[in-house]
Amino acid sequence: MVWTDTDPMVSIKDLHKSFGALEVLKGVSMDIMKGEVICIIGPSGSGKSTLIRCVNALNNFQSGSILVEGQEVNDPDLDKLELRKKVGMVFQQYNLFPHKTAIENIMMAPLLVLKDKKEDVEKLARGLIKKVRLEGKEDSYPGELSGGQQQRVAIARSLAMNPDVMLFDEVTAALDPETVNEVLQTIRDLAEDGMTCILVTHEMGFAREVADHIYFTDRGVIVEHGPPATFFDAAKDPRTIEFLGQIL
Amino acid sequence: MEAFYDWFRVLYETTGINLPFLYDSYDRDRMFFGFFMTIKLSLVCLFFSIIIGIIGAWLQNSPFKWTRRFMNGYIQLFRNTPPLVQLYFFYFAISSLLPTVSNGYGGQQPILGGFAWAAISLSFFAGAFNVEIFRSGIEAVPESTIEAAEALGFSRLTIYTHITMPLAIRVALPALNNNLVNLVKTTTLAYAIAVPEMLYEANQIWSDNVNVTEMMFFLLLVYFGLVGVLVWGMNSWERKLKLPGFGA
Repeated sequence: MVWTDTDPMVSIKDLHKSFGALEVLKGVSMDIMKGEVICIIGPSGSGKSTLIRCVNALNNFQSGSILVEGQEVNDPDLDKLELRKKVGMVFQQYNLFPHKTAIENIMMAPLLVLKDKKEDVEKLARGLIKKVRLEGKEDSYPGELSGGQQQRVAIARSLAMNPDVMLFDEVTAALDPETVNEVLQTIRDLAEDGMTCILVTHEMGFAREVADHIYFTDRGVIVEHGPPATFFDAAKDPRTIEFLGQIL
Repeated sequence: MEAFYDWFRVLYETTGINLPFLYDSYDRDRMFFGFFMTIKLSLVCLFFSIIIGIIGAWLQNSPFKWTRRFMNGYIQLFRNTPPLVQLYFFYFAISSLLPTVSNGYGGQQPILGGFAWAAISLSFFAGAFNVEIFRSGIEAVPESTIEAAEALGFSRLTIYTHITMPLAIRVALPALNNNLVNLVKTTTLAYAIAVPEMLYEANQIWSDNVNVTEMMFFLLLVYFGLVGVLVWGMNSWERKLKLPGFGA
């Protein structure tokens, strides 16, 4: 069966994942279509981050299936490089390479992984710097940038690989309240450009605004999901209602 | 130049301060020979001890239990024995177990001479410390930085050469600096197996001229200068590699 872009971009079925004796994901399923933005919310320790880290094979999992553009992630013969070219990821702690300037951080993967020509990569990187609104910061080291600026470099670094899906793992959780918005604006731009995005977030207002679909996870299962309007205003499960009651 | 040399001859005749390696061409040649032998031995040992350190740190993280045990055994052996005993061990014990070669005059001589054994012994001695120094540097590189590179599709080798090593070296540099200073000073032990380095040549000169006091002053100053140059070089390297917001 050949994957076409009318099939789900990412298809997760009955995913089980344990760390030793601790089962963190107990049968999670979801489909994400091309161009969709989905947000995963839920209390700490509910397995949200683990779930998206399984999508790009940073975590392995015991059973179930994840298909990315039809490619099984749990396949032992999986070409991780091919998978990671398709799936970009942005982390809570930015994780920039501290010995490289902003533009070098962006250029590294296309140069070393894709072996693209330097002139092309540099042009691409300058375009991405502009896209994340960091003109003038090209030659700054990560240590010279604010958290929000570093996170935007991290987003640009991931976009430089021209991924089909972007994973965002609580990307604003470590930021000052006033810099959260600049990062959210960058993600908002991406979503408007039609990038497929999977976000783990605690920013409920943002989730409501950009998401096509919201998933609420608790203790390793999806408790409830739906489009933002239904999810936020007409939640049915008592656990969802309790969680929303605490944070809204 | 002759006037300069003569000045020291006059100095000796008038004050009794005898520096024959400045006015006597035979002693001058011996002193220069010893000086360059010390530099040669230092450079060879610096080079190989760093190579041993890098490869050893890599082997210490080997998935094979016996490789790790072998590395730990090597480190314990060379760290917990005096370098002079190690030198004698190589020069007298190991050397006598190896086959000999013809010396071209009808006799037999060991395959390796004093210089080679001093280089081998001291490289392994300093190398054992360098392994631990590099390992501490590698362990200081955050796992999350490595993960970010993995998520971008970097191979294990690219991560090691482009991320882990450049960051580990920055952490390890102050300790490496110390160990290399010690190594240069320890080259004087080669005197014990008659390697004609600076201390050995100085001994030849004071035996002929009975000017022990002057030679000791001179040796102390030359080593002070030699190690000073190394420290200056390492410090400017350290400054050059310093990153905003990384390390201390």
